[in-house]
Amino acid sequence: MNEALKTLVSETCEAVGRDRARLMDVVNALQQRLGQVSSEAMTMVARELGCHRVEVQSVVSFYAFLSQQPKGRTVVRVCNDVIDRLQGANEVLEAFSEALGTPVGGTTADGTITLETTPCIGMCDQAPAALINDVVFPDLSPSKARQIATALRKDPNPRKLVTKLGDGNNAHDLVQAMVRNNICREGPVVLAPFESGTALNKALAMTAQEVIRYVKAARIRGRGGAGFPTGLKWEFARSAPGSDKVVICNADEGEPGTFKDRVILTERADLLFEGMTIAGYAIGATTGIVYLRAEYAYLRAFLEDVLARRRAAGMLGMCAGGKTGFDFDVRIQMGAGAYVCGEETALISSCEGLRGDPKNRPPFPAQKGYLLRPTTVNNVETFCCVARTLQQGAGWFAELGSQRSPGTKLVSVSGDCRRPGVYEIELGLSLSELLRLVGAEDAGAVQMGGPSGQMVGAESFDRTICYDDLATGGSVMVFNTSRDVVDIARQFMEFFCEESCGYCTPCRVGNELIKERVERILAGRGVPDDLGYLEELGAAVKLASRCGLGQTSPNPVLTTIKNFRSAYASRLEAPKQSTHRGFDFAAAVRDAEGIAGHGSTQQHDAE
Amino acid sequence: MNPVQFKIDGKKVSAQAGQTILQAAEMNGIYIPHLCAHPELRPWGSCRVCMVKVNGRAQAACTQPVTEGALVENDTPELLNVRRMIIEMLFVEGNHICPTCEKSGNCELQALAYRLGIAAPRFPYQFPRRELDASHPDILLERNRCILCARCVRASQDLDGKHVFDFAGRGRNKRIVVDAEKLTSTDAAVTDHALDVCPVGALMRKRVGFATPVGQRKYDKTPIGSDIESPRGGE
Repeated sequence: MNEALKTLVSETCEAVGRDRARLMDVVNALQQRLGQVSSEAMTMVARELGCHRVEVQSVVSFYAFLSQQPKGRTVVRVCNDVIDRLQGANEVLEAFSEALGTPVGGTTADGTITLETTPCIGMCDQAPAALINDVVFPDLSPSKARQIATALRKDPNPRKLVTKLGDGNNAHDLVQAMVRNNICREGPVVLAPFESGTALNKALAMTAQEVIRYVKAARIRGRGGAGFPTGLKWEFARSAPGSDKVVICNADEGEPGTFKDRVILTERADLLFEGMTIAGYAIGATTGIVYLRAEYAYLRAFLEDVLARRRAAGMLGMCAGGKTGFDFDVRIQMGAGAYVCGEETALISSCEGLRGDPKNRPPFPAQKGYLLRPTTVNNVETFCCVARTLQQGAGWFAELGSQRSPGTKLVSVSGDCRRPGVYEIELGLSLSELLRLVGAEDAGAVQMGGPSGQMVGAESFDRTICYDDLATGGSVMVFNTSRDVVDIARQFMEFFCEESCGYCTPCRVGNELIKERVERILAGRGVPDDLGYLEELGAAVKLASRCGLGQTSPNPVLTTIKNFRSAYASRLEAPKQSTHRGFDFAAAVRDAEGIAGHGSTQQHDAE
Repeated sequence: MNPVQFKIDGKKVSAQAGQTILQAAEMNGIYIPHLCAHPELRPWGSCRVCMVKVNGRAQAACTQPVTEGALVENDTPELLNVRRMIIEMLFVEGNHICPTCEKSGNCELQALAYRLGIAAPRFPYQFPRRELDASHPDILLERNRCILCARCVRASQDLDGKHVFDFAGRGRNKRIVVDAEKLTSTDAAVTDHALDVCPVGALMRKRVGFATPVGQRKYDKTPIGSDIESPRGGE
């Protein structure tokens, strides 16, 4: 028995009070310390937390940032989302691989450095980018990658390679990141300056029901993308039986191309926490949780500090904001690399120390959420909208934006444009106006709302950005007229296949089948029937999938087929007599040879 | 408590509040094809074979509670096609070789394919490589045939009072794992209910072959769901 490991596991479990629900914290800590959560460690964790080993394995195997097999103490994760690839991520990856002397997915011979790819890390405005442990390296190039790799081989601590710090709080002592905010347009709601306490004091002067009525009057809708009315959500949680209610902030911004929450967390953390506290008061909660994606771990110490200052100022803790009987505090729950955890019930599962599988509804989180307690889950930006509304007035907020989509929206713009970054726009703005703002004169296609949204072409550019037309949770990816939309759709399908939790059949299998057929078309073996096949399959996956991931994952393919049909049609060819174009003859021969245990006849003859 | 009244494909049905649509349908002699659902186990909602439309909205019948006045669509061409696709997905996802499988004839996946009229899947086979666990003296875990329905996971926890099975990995890498490196090191026993509920041939008792001859097995004579559609009296 490994005594040192046993002591470490014991101490790590002790630090969370041997609470099974805090398994994520335990395995995250072990991964950081040891570069793996080994089979032996899993057995020990299970014993310490009083659960089964298979439960620990189930969790460790689910999250991309956790591993049962050993990894280097330094892990280089090159972001491979579409935008990063368009800007040279593949070349950067190659340079890392060469200079480190390890293939992608491998570890250097001395066991110190592991090289991987990772989906969107929220840095599309400064792509290509990589995470090295929790240090962000934006604006990479192959030569920079080689320099970094060489330096890491001498000293694997990436913090020593931080050079020019970014603007604003990126340069804060507790952040010290090279990340740039790229705030291109500040609006009145989220990015305007904010004085702590101004919103909370107004809220606490009202009754909880009045606060909910106020939020309803402002007609605030969820900023994560689905647009559910926030006041109604809170009312459900408030009226649900049970005490110890929970407010969760979804800071698992994982939709590729979205990075606006990164900027809010960096520059308007007080506004966010104030909104969470107001939510806690409104629904009668005692517990607040910020679920922070692992990719934003570099912001954690800073956010903990903001929370500590708010606690010291009496805005959190017992009698929060000086209100007798209102006890509310906030903790940060770190994720571990899983896009699906942005889905609210999967996020709750993760907070409970489980695999990030979404839950069956009913019961809804408002009835039985985190540890079966009534829970509201809201987006980072939504909490900010609430706090500002309390400060400025419900009427003030409702008059911004358009009739059915009041307020402003933060959009993260990336891709083929001259000014990528974060824009706080009034809802109702036309896409063409946004494209003008960002300097995207040659835009040929725009992915609105990330891969789960829709790819639109020039004929849609006069449509408006709002809940009822071009909805977006914040991602706007611009592609110029030279880009291949079919290949982009393929990359998005690759992403969904990697990120499907695998719980339900249509999402787990159907997305793989969609990807297979798009790859076949790109390989020049598509037939005209493939479009009907993809449309039928895509519709079935959307209809039958259990959560929002599978209900939207066919969209990249379905919306490009709809809006860019010729990009597909030009690649399809009717089968000639007696041959089936879909059949990959070379691959079939390879398979047969593999089974037979030898290469082609000619090679065989030569032996 | 007053019964809940609603309609399935236009037929009036009556249910108890709190029942799922699947339970209510079966009580009323209506078969809704399903795989992960099992009468002795808590609802799970993963296979999605039982998709119905409730007031126009797609829902899994096994997890969706009944509501007064709801209009449920079950037997429609659209839903039939979706169910077929899901069954076909399960066939191509694993390695299901019916002629060599002891479960043939008692297999719910195979029986559903027959009932839904599937001759061959429209999708390309994935031919995954999956690890077989034959370590246990009495039990075989054949992952090639596993459809990830979690019946064994639930039965082990809820009926056997153990936690032998769970899932590891995600997406295409999702697989059944056991509470040790190998099944033989777990507390799994040949008497476990977990073995009885497997709808396919993934979890089998060893040294049982042709106990029931082919041709006389459960689904050899009547399609799956027949027992629900024509319940015998006195049950």
